[in-house]
Amino acid sequence: MNSQDMSGFPLELQGETVPMVSFRKVTKSYGNLVVMDSLDLDIAEGEMVTIIGPSGSGKTTVLRMLMTLETINGGVIYVDGKPLTHMPDGNGLVHANDRYLRRMRSKIGMCFQHFNLFPHMTALENCMEGPVHVLGLSKKEARERSEELLAMVGMADKRNQHPSRLSGGQQQRVAIARAMAMRPKVMLFDEVTSALDPEVIGEVTNVIRKLVAEHHLTMLMVTHQMGFAKDISDRVCFFYGGRIEEQGAPEELFGNPRRERTQQFLSAVKEAI
Amino acid sequence: MSYLEFLGQYGDRILSGTVVTVVLTVLAALLAVAIALAAGLMRLAPNALVRGVATVYIEIFRGTSLLVQLYWIFFVLPLFGITFEKFTAGFVAVGMNLGAYGAELVRGAILSVPRGQWEAALALNMSPAKRMWRVILPQAVLIMLPSWGNLLIEMLKGTALVALIAVTDLMFQVKQINGTTFQSAEAFGTALIIYYILARFMLTPFMRWLERFMQRRLGRA
Amino acid sequence: MFDWRWDFTWDILPRLIVATGNTLLAAGLGYAIAVVLGLAFALAQRTPYRAVTVVVREAVEFVRSTPLVLQIFFVFYVGPQFGLRLSPWTAGMIAIGLHYAAYLSEVYRGGLESVPKGQWEAATSLNLSTARTYFRVIIPQALPPSLAGMGNYLVGILKDTPMLSVIGVAELMHTANAIGSETYRFLEPYTLVGIIFLLISLPTATGIRLFEAWMRRKLGMI
Repeated sequence: MNSQDMSGFPLELQGETVPMVSFRKVTKSYGNLVVMDSLDLDIAEGEMVTIIGPSGSGKTTVLRMLMTLETINGGVIYVDGKPLTHMPDGNGLVHANDRYLRRMRSKIGMCFQHFNLFPHMTALENCMEGPVHVLGLSKKEARERSEELLAMVGMADKRNQHPSRLSGGQQQRVAIARAMAMRPKVMLFDEVTSALDPEVIGEVTNVIRKLVAEHHLTMLMVTHQMGFAKDISDRVCFFYGGRIEEQGAPEELFGNPRRERTQQFLSAVKEAI
Repeated sequence: MSYLEFLGQYGDRILSGTVVTVVLTVLAALLAVAIALAAGLMRLAPNALVRGVATVYIEIFRGTSLLVQLYWIFFVLPLFGITFEKFTAGFVAVGMNLGAYGAELVRGAILSVPRGQWEAALALNMSPAKRMWRVILPQAVLIMLPSWGNLLIEMLKGTALVALIAVTDLMFQVKQINGTTFQSAEAFGTALIIYYILARFMLTPFMRWLERFMQRRLGRA
Repeated sequence: MFDWRWDFTWDILPRLIVATGNTLLAAGLGYAIAVVLGLAFALAQRTPYRAVTVVVREAVEFVRSTPLVLQIFFVFYVGPQFGLRLSPWTAGMIAIGLHYAAYLSEVYRGGLESVPKGQWEAATSLNLSTARTYFRVIIPQALPPSLAGMGNYLVGILKDTPMLSVIGVAELMHTANAIGSETYRFLEPYTLVGIIFLLISLPTATGIRLFEAWMRRKLGMI
């Protein structure tokens, strides 16, 4: 890892249109198992990119690497023009330390498949935790911001409930409000509807649609809801074996997939419905 | 005196003390298993009186100290005409004390055998005794064996207290040696290491082996 | 009851009650040490430094598998051999505190491991600091599953305090022994000590169960 040659990676991305997120030759492996094979992916500011693919294709790993939940074995991830996984040291890049990571992480928010709300805090307390204790907002400001967001996701009346009292869909909506309360520039949605009963999926996807319509956010989403991916995304990436097999505008990728594996995957998914 | 000289001079006494400790532990364990099984089953009996007797026994022995029980058995019971020789008093006290803890393990394990097993045994028209002995207990044993491993280590440690009524176990021997030599680090340190070896490299592997053996016998391996 | 003398009972009861205070003090102090030190042991086993983890793990294992009474003797007598004289109370508190710290560290470890990985990830995604993550997110969730074990060991430490009598800490057992050797009567002092222990440990055990239930409700995790 230390022997990696960092010379090809700039200290900062420059130019007229700097992507909000940029994966450059990113590699991730567990022992001999390569889960991410030299990934190159740029996401523009305000773009909504959806990742689809069979399980084990590495699609969730993309989000987890970006949230710094996984360390990477090679390459560099840039966020907002600055390196995320590495930091400048003299004229080169070195692995980011905790302090640097904490600064950069504030640009990113994430929602998880299993919500991961803090069970001992109410919906409102879940939302206020970060703003008060990480961003240093006053309790009053944090409360106002959190209540506004809880109202946006339709959870204002349940703000004093603990997660154990909420349905899966309600918990996921609180989780979205909690992530948004940190005012991230990039939002990550990791299979946020996979753990939900079919009848409540709509209440979560509607919230995400609303975010797309009302906020100028960069979003990266992993989902199994093909229909949802099709109408909401600016671009869809089909992952296979730790690489992007095919990507393009949703109409194109869903309507006219060029690669054989994409066709197989999409027809298998269609059959399942 | 170097440590080697120390061992040369007192090794025999330490060894004989270790043997006494091991024998005490084995006897106490046998007694504890028997008591635990009896009291654990009694706790589940339909008869309130039987349940009550077991509950009182368990609460008294779990609610007071092993040392208090040991002194009571050794110093007070003779006043009622029940006199134990000190060695017997030692393992009886340890066995009865840990037996009370074991009874709760037995009860818990029996209750955690899935309901379907009771119903299946009932459907085969087995007598209650057969049901317990042939179907429920074998499965309960498997459930509680890991906890018995910890209990046996407590048992081994508990036997150290019998030194206080002058049973010549390992603890007693090193206490005597310390009294004459004042080489406390050597005397007590050696005993600590021996207890550790007995617990970690004999009792624990034995229990692991027993778990595997029982699993094989019950076709779970 | 056989040969039970009430006048003698009333004579010795005040002495035993005073000694009960010492027993409770010893249990309380020892437990306070164990609660804090145990947490340190548990957290030390989660550091990324493998050497620290292994050493602490083995030390905990060693303390857990050797008799407390022997540890009490060891701490009390080994000091003077090297010129460090500890009072019975100091030696006793070190030994019993360390012994139960080893037990409690296992309880904490189990509790910490029971917190789902997703909670750590959510804390990272909200950019919470490590300290904040532990104290606000992880420990509050690790606590309820640890409470039963912590309660058991509170009662356990109380019942192990009689071992402190062997180095002369004037708790209940020590006092009962003294009465016995002064008067040659053992029935009343030893029986009373047993009853006093029951009177303390049974309500304590019940209280702990109630507290546990209350705690779970309070944290909204029913």
